[in-house]
Amino acid sequence: MSQSNNGVHIQELAPEHFHDQAKAALADPQLRQNFRGAMDYLQDKRKTAFSNPAEEKHIRDLSEAIRQRCLSKLPDLLEQLETNCTNNGIQVHWAQNAEEANAIIAAISQRHNAKSIVKGKSMVSEEIELNHEMAKLGIECLESDMGEYIVQLDGDKPSHIIMPAIHKNKQEVSDTFEKNLDNFTPTLDVDELIQTGRSRLRQKFHDADIGLSGVNFAVAETGTLCLVENEGNGRMCTTVPNVHIAITGIEKVVEFLTDVPPLYSALTRSATGQAITTYFNMISSPRRDGELDGPEEVHLVLLDNGRSQAFRDEEMRKTLQCIRCGACMNHCPVYTRIGGHAYGTVYPGPIGKIISPHMMGLEKTKDLITASSLCGACGEVCPVRIPIPEMLQRLRNEAKNPPKPDMPAMRGQEAAASKAESLAMKGFAFAASHPSIYHMGTWSATKMKALMPSNLGPWTQCRTAPKPASKTLHQLIKARKQGEKS
Amino acid sequence: MSTSRNAILSRLRDANPEAKAMETITYQPWVSNDAQLTRQRFIDGLSASHAEIISTDRDALNNVIKNIVVSKQFSRIALGTAGEFHSDIVKATQSLETPAIETMTFDCDISDLKSALFNDVDAGITHCRAGIADTGTLVLWPDISEPRTLSLVPPCHIALIKRSTIVSNFAELMVTQTWQNNMPTNIVLVSGPSKTADIQQTLAYGAHGPSQLVVILIEDM
Amino acid sequence: MRIYPAKPIKAYFYATCLVDMFDPEAGLDAITLLEQQGIEVIFIEKQTCCGQPAYSSGYDKEAKQVAQSQMDLFTENWPVVVLSGSCGGMMHHHYRRLFKDDENQAHVDAFCDRVFEMTEFLVNVCRVKLNDKGESTSVVMHTSCAARREMNVHVTATQLLTQLDNVEIREQAYESECCGFGGTFAVRHPNISQAMVEDKTRHLSDTQASEFVSADWGCLLNINGALEYQGKPMRGRHLASFLLERTGGK
Repeated sequence: MSQSNNGVHIQELAPEHFHDQAKAALADPQLRQNFRGAMDYLQDKRKTAFSNPAEEKHIRDLSEAIRQRCLSKLPDLLEQLETNCTNNGIQVHWAQNAEEANAIIAAISQRHNAKSIVKGKSMVSEEIELNHEMAKLGIECLESDMGEYIVQLDGDKPSHIIMPAIHKNKQEVSDTFEKNLDNFTPTLDVDELIQTGRSRLRQKFHDADIGLSGVNFAVAETGTLCLVENEGNGRMCTTVPNVHIAITGIEKVVEFLTDVPPLYSALTRSATGQAITTYFNMISSPRRDGELDGPEEVHLVLLDNGRSQAFRDEEMRKTLQCIRCGACMNHCPVYTRIGGHAYGTVYPGPIGKIISPHMMGLEKTKDLITASSLCGACGEVCPVRIPIPEMLQRLRNEAKNPPKPDMPAMRGQEAAASKAESLAMKGFAFAASHPSIYHMGTWSATKMKALMPSNLGPWTQCRTAPKPASKTLHQLIKARKQGEKS
Repeated sequence: MSTSRNAILSRLRDANPEAKAMETITYQPWVSNDAQLTRQRFIDGLSASHAEIISTDRDALNNVIKNIVVSKQFSRIALGTAGEFHSDIVKATQSLETPAIETMTFDCDISDLKSALFNDVDAGITHCRAGIADTGTLVLWPDISEPRTLSLVPPCHIALIKRSTIVSNFAELMVTQTWQNNMPTNIVLVSGPSKTADIQQTLAYGAHGPSQLVVILIEDM
Repeated sequence: MRIYPAKPIKAYFYATCLVDMFDPEAGLDAITLLEQQGIEVIFIEKQTCCGQPAYSSGYDKEAKQVAQSQMDLFTENWPVVVLSGSCGGMMHHHYRRLFKDDENQAHVDAFCDRVFEMTEFLVNVCRVKLNDKGESTSVVMHTSCAARREMNVHVTATQLLTQLDNVEIREQAYESECCGFGGTFAVRHPNISQAMVEDKTRHLSDTQASEFVSADWGCLLNINGALEYQGKPMRGRHLASFLLERTGGK
């Protein structure tokens, strides 16, 4: 089993322990180096793919508009998707939470006496802890995405939503293979490492009873599931086994087939700087009469798990515009320094901070929403223009205050409420709106500057204490005016 | 569970979302009326992704196929049962000049040839329905005559595409062919051999899909 | 693209709470720069703070209270020139969000429309032409995240520096990355903030520029504090003071 974060067991990582996890990550020079290198690479790739600012603006405006239109019709589109999928022969299931989703998948697996599920890449399957739940029933889930495969061998968890093994360098990958695979000769040659993965996994595609995938775009108009990938394991999982289960969050629906090309282009360029991925797979039905291959059964599992809470008002709904590109975390100065595991959530980085409260509740995630300087680097690159800093501001308000009038409480509403802080803020607001009191305070601070403590707790752990000027600007201007008068 | 379905839908509807009208921004992907430019962009895109592209006129097609198979020392080729160039494919791989080449015709359920497809076949050869110049992309509509795994499982995929089927961009293709009226079981866009950069962001080819993609561009324009 | 008004006769000046407390000279210098452009600068004594500390901590109601009190001070239809990108962003951008769908939303929007950060006001409203009277030197500038991403004024700040003929502008590595201040972020998540400011000080020092400037005192508090703690000689001052000095006004 893998150790991460200086000895904290990978399975014990939780958002409630964010401070300790972040601290440990910050002190790990290898982690810092791996992530800095990886983020620099991905930032550079994105920059090259968006070399024309006018075009970049255009496609982001369009992608935002498409996602907002589709979300505004979400319940109707979900029904339309269900109707068209069903007419095509795809069986549609609805799951309110992880428990229900796992039960659905377990039932399908047990009906087929399945012993193994081969998985394409699905963050939603991580969200419901599918592998763990299926293992309890004696069903083995095998990761086939190279990054996920490496991570699974190690008993580890992905640290990035697009490149799961981004926290490992090639030496560490070789070490992982050496530790877990028979007949493996250690190597730093990446081609050889990939060939190792290919050959070990090929038989799994051949043998698996069930293939499981995520969905990048679900097209309501035609009942079509679209999958984006470079490796080909997605195609393998959705074509070779006799049963294909696709699982997705409910927000991934688009209205028209023509919504797909711009979103697909925005996705690949934002994620890895590619104009297009090696494969784009569009599945509209199980095997039809006369066809010689492809699964005979295709299932679609639609998962809520807190997304309907984010849907509740127009501002919060923007959270659901996400197309899971990962650009936000690639540009985040916090993520770059602490890596993905430190968050303790399935989805790390900026997007993780704004959706995890809906999936897990604010009680568990309240330290994540403050772990941002609101620098806005994320919002600047989001292809669908989610205003992530504003989402964080909103969540901070919900974590400290009762819900807005006419709004139901959020899960974990007021979880970070503090009487002391609330009083201090009321005091601040009072003073700031009563100038004479405020200026009395600033005047005192200047007079007492010699008494300013040199130890200001966390501030002074790496900075000297700031020293107020001997006179405030207000005082200087006042004096200047009086001088002019006399 | 219909109770879950209803619970989810009613939670969404409780938010009273106001349906937004169609956006007025129109998508502006790469487009060109210049045939030469279009052709070149298609070739450049695929080459950049490490696909091999061989241009040929119609008459030389079966020789080109034969040369590929022979030069790569392939001994077993999988093919479908029909298609515009099916006879050329058959001729190239089953001629007296190539006794060393065995062909496997995909004319039965996959369960009957799965192991052979996975372990013994060197290349699968298919037609393409169209091409996209913008991104250097092949558009495959697998069907009864050329099943899905034919272009996926063998370590090399040989793809035949007609120049006249290459359009500017993806949006244009789906609109002019009115895909929304008649989606097949599966459509695959292929833009190169399989790859990954999952290990220290270093690009490596041949992850799980074919590690070689050979595109035969039939110059019918 | 923001549309700028013609140069006014009068303008309000918003010093910001940090300039008021920690670098009042920068406030005076900025006022001088504006007066040199023929603007009559009106300093409303009752101004206190834009409300950001409450806002970013999740206290919208208290932030609104402060915001309203500030907006009530600037009654005339004159521009409000703000000496910081983050307070500017608060007043130009976030006040809109705070008062969205409120009764007085139109009034708030009108106020926000006349809030300008100092450098964008000097460049795009005053169309300033700076005359560099100083000796040859090199400068590195740090732009606050709000100045960059909320107000897009890294462009105008750089333009002002470019106007100084004897000043060589050096760019630090990871120029657009956050310095780690983020207001309460620095005290709530001190270890992450420390990692960020240590990288920032290293990148700034590595340029070996003679001068370090910023148009934002939040960042300067953070970076200067770290530089001093590390015993590094480099120390930042406000861009307004640097500009006034270079043009012979100090």
